[in-house]
Amino acid sequence: MPVSKEILDEIALSPAEYQMIVDRLDREPNPVELGMFGALWSEHCGYKHSRPLLGMLPSASDRTLSQAGAENAGAIDIGDGLAVVFKVESHNHPSAVEPLQGAATGVGGIVRDILAMGARPIALLNSLRFGPPDDATNRRLLCGVVDGIGWYGNCIGVPDVAGEIYFDESYSQNPLVNAMCVGIARIEDLASAAAETPGDVLLLVGAGTGRDGIHGASGLASRTFEEEQELRPTVQVGNPFLEKVLIEACLEALGTGKVRASQDLGAAGLTSAAVESVARGGRGFSLDINQVHRREAGMTGYEVMLSESQERMLLVAAPENVPAVSQVFEKWDVPCRPVGVVTEEQAARVTEDTVTIAAAPIPHLSDAPRYRLNGVQAADDEARQHLQLSDVPLPSDPRLGNAGTILLKLMASPNIASRRQVYRQYDHQVQTNTVVAPGNGDAAVLRVKGTGKAIAVAIDGNGRQCFLDPYRGGQRVVAEVARNLTCVGAQPLALTDCLNFGNPERPEIYYQLEQCIAGMADACRQLGVPVVSGNVSLYNESQGTAIFPTPIVGGLGLLDDVQRHCGAGFPRSGLEVILLGAAGLSANAADLAGSEYLHAIHGMIQGRPEIDLALEQRVQGLCRRLIADGVALSAHDCSDGGFAVALAESCILGDTSVGGSGSVGFTASAEFAANIPARWDAALFGEASSRILVAVEPENVPTVLDAAQSLNVPACQVGETGGARLHIGSLVDVGIDESADAWYGGLNQASS
Amino acid sequence: MRFGILVFPGTWSDTDCHHAVNGVLGQDADYVWHKDSNLAGCDAIIVPGGFSYGDYLRAGAIARFSPVMDAVRDFALAGGPVIGICNGFQILCEAGLLPGALRRNGHLEYRCQWTYLRPERDDTLFTGRCQADRPLAVPVSHGEGSYYADPAVVAQLEETGRVLFRYCESDGAVTDAANPNGSVANIAGIINESGNVLGMMPHPERSCEMLLGSEDGNLIFGSMVDAVTGGQSGSRPMSRAR
Repeated sequence: MPVSKEILDEIALSPAEYQMIVDRLDREPNPVELGMFGALWSEHCGYKHSRPLLGMLPSASDRTLSQAGAENAGAIDIGDGLAVVFKVESHNHPSAVEPLQGAATGVGGIVRDILAMGARPIALLNSLRFGPPDDATNRRLLCGVVDGIGWYGNCIGVPDVAGEIYFDESYSQNPLVNAMCVGIARIEDLASAAAETPGDVLLLVGAGTGRDGIHGASGLASRTFEEEQELRPTVQVGNPFLEKVLIEACLEALGTGKVRASQDLGAAGLTSAAVESVARGGRGFSLDINQVHRREAGMTGYEVMLSESQERMLLVAAPENVPAVSQVFEKWDVPCRPVGVVTEEQAARVTEDTVTIAAAPIPHLSDAPRYRLNGVQAADDEARQHLQLSDVPLPSDPRLGNAGTILLKLMASPNIASRRQVYRQYDHQVQTNTVVAPGNGDAAVLRVKGTGKAIAVAIDGNGRQCFLDPYRGGQRVVAEVARNLTCVGAQPLALTDCLNFGNPERPEIYYQLEQCIAGMADACRQLGVPVVSGNVSLYNESQGTAIFPTPIVGGLGLLDDVQRHCGAGFPRSGLEVILLGAAGLSANAADLAGSEYLHAIHGMIQGRPEIDLALEQRVQGLCRRLIADGVALSAHDCSDGGFAVALAESCILGDTSVGGSGSVGFTASAEFAANIPARWDAALFGEASSRILVAVEPENVPTVLDAAQSLNVPACQVGETGGARLHIGSLVDVGIDESADAWYGGLNQASS
Repeated sequence: MRFGILVFPGTWSDTDCHHAVNGVLGQDADYVWHKDSNLAGCDAIIVPGGFSYGDYLRAGAIARFSPVMDAVRDFALAGGPVIGICNGFQILCEAGLLPGALRRNGHLEYRCQWTYLRPERDDTLFTGRCQADRPLAVPVSHGEGSYYADPAVVAQLEETGRVLFRYCESDGAVTDAANPNGSVANIAGIINESGNVLGMMPHPERSCEMLLGSEDGNLIFGSMVDAVTGGQSGSRPMSRAR
């Protein structure tokens, strides 16, 4: 073999894969070709280990307009001739190396995926994971990532409407930065990424190509890394201003009807954009790198083809339409250069002027090898899943305190505390569609101008539960994102996922990946939501330790009537609160599995979470009906911290309308309180799935309970809103102001 | 009437402003490209928010050199109403149409949140529909919105009644807590000497529909409509500063 192990390592190819390339080409690849193969066969672009498993996920419904993977993002028909396009993608490793630019370019990249579909980006979401915030390095990463998301997102005028942040030791060396973008387009204006017509011109538009980000796909995203310092040059640098102008120019160009296909330049840059678009169209291309406008002189062909410089798009247009398209970019002062043509022959030909520097058949490049490995459950999994209530001491130690002080402690836990200090740094209102803003509901609600409708979007993940049981954790994540959409009154329509895992070549990691996807697929089928787009981020390890298996799921829901939406706060005093999904509080060890209570108070990550998907579906159906009928005036699911935390959050939020009266107290009924089991810790803080707290007018209580009964949903009256304290029998009596201080101040406190 | 809405590369409140004055208030509105220098047919100009030219160098520092800004200067000198919002305020300051500057927020963070604005006067062409004792709920969204001018200029602004909006509590009290960015004297918006050019950091176009939380922004745009068309409170068209 003429190439060294070091070179193969640099592009993350194995010696066997190198041999496969030699066999396919029937010769040794030259360095440019090898670089192109390495990028395209990286896990990030080629999904070598994940593609066979992703097939388990349902990907179609009567509303899907594109198949997962067939285009840059999934498209969903929301009626009125409109499509919503959305996708989530990771930028984990770049963010670990350089948090501000890593996160910023993560936002930029996902926005261009949506733009490539011909859709206007209308919302951003993000899901972040860091090590504990009391560590200075983790804080630096958190602050850098938040700054990067704000810096980029605020500048491009796309509102950042929802997100989540969790902290755990397993992310200490390997933070997760997943960014989701949502766009909207008229269905007939959706653009394809398939270059199908020989003779069409490839137009490279946007930023000049520089040396930044070379090997981003293969180097950073597709293998573990130990020495982050030396990888700094592989992180791209963003220019949000250019992105904003690129959005406007591309949408205007697409609007002329003279662009045949569009493709963003992301991982693996020009190589991936050109190969993927002609592969989709069953064609080839010829491309002259001398036509590529550059940021710096003296770049090699290898560098031009593999640069991951940001803010670039590839458009495909018939030769006679090139002047009209170019004119649009001229107006916006954005460079637009013809760099190549689509060819009949299914081959990639890269030239430097007239000299060929790379040539390979498209199928050889685009069909990355697929690996189906055997997953093996880790030896200590079973021991970890074992949990009985007797293993958890009921807090009686005065230092642990009573239920009230534990509640305050949980409210201030970095995993539960309010994210206000983060989302207020993001513009969440621009484009004037944000009806339910971040923090006010379980999902964000955006009205769709020109219709009476709204969409809801949310993003969720629970690595701890997936770590304990990847199959059930996968089920629960899908259930939770659908539940969050439901809680604002939206019918869940479709999902997008980003699968963040360790090294799949290790059997126990492959097992997690396989089980998680299987669990997600089951939940998707039960709840009737396909996964229409997504991304995989493997090799999230450092020093031999993998992160928690962390599938992040983004959801899209639809409200037929924008007026019939719901927030999470109790809007006023004198309302009855009803728990949907349970006939009362119970104490089960499974509900403590992976709970924040068990972790924050007892320092344990233990147990085996459960979920009843059929019940979940019925509970969500009931909740949506109550909101649509105008009966439910607030809805909030019991998630991290369980029933008591959900209740406290609804109290703190209170009336969230502008100029609203703010927080409101709550008193549990004597009957409800009397039925709380002796293990009040598991009852109050257990994280049983499928439970939603709704507030209703007292006269509507019978309506709700009847509806619950007819839908076979257990439900019970919990108590009444009012006053300034949260009262649950003799167990909890805390001031709302006190819990608000804990909740709003928790993230800051944990960071100091 | 017809609003002209400027569009610089990097502007992003242009469509929001269009929706507010056209979609909500039913007035005509045209976009004006930054390379144009003809404002004929426009009765009022909106310089919208965004990050013109990325706010690279300094917010508004590059946009002021766009050809359209010469036309805006002429338009303002002729007494035409001009409202600069957020980045638009920054541009108007950079262009010398309004005094002072917008510095980085005192806490050094970008801030997107609801604020209350106390209208200090109800006799300008931007506040004819406002009442001095009725604060407006209008959100801010900026990283560089801390208004600053040297003490002599601020004193002059105060004396001549040119501080039009101040950040306040929901009851109108002007407090430090209500100041989202550290602006001197809680200044959220000022007018020029002639009273026909307003710069404000908060976004009235984001508060024109109850669905989005507030419709107080309509009071500002509506006042402009009245001033131009002589409608509603038309007894005070084109009112001058005291």
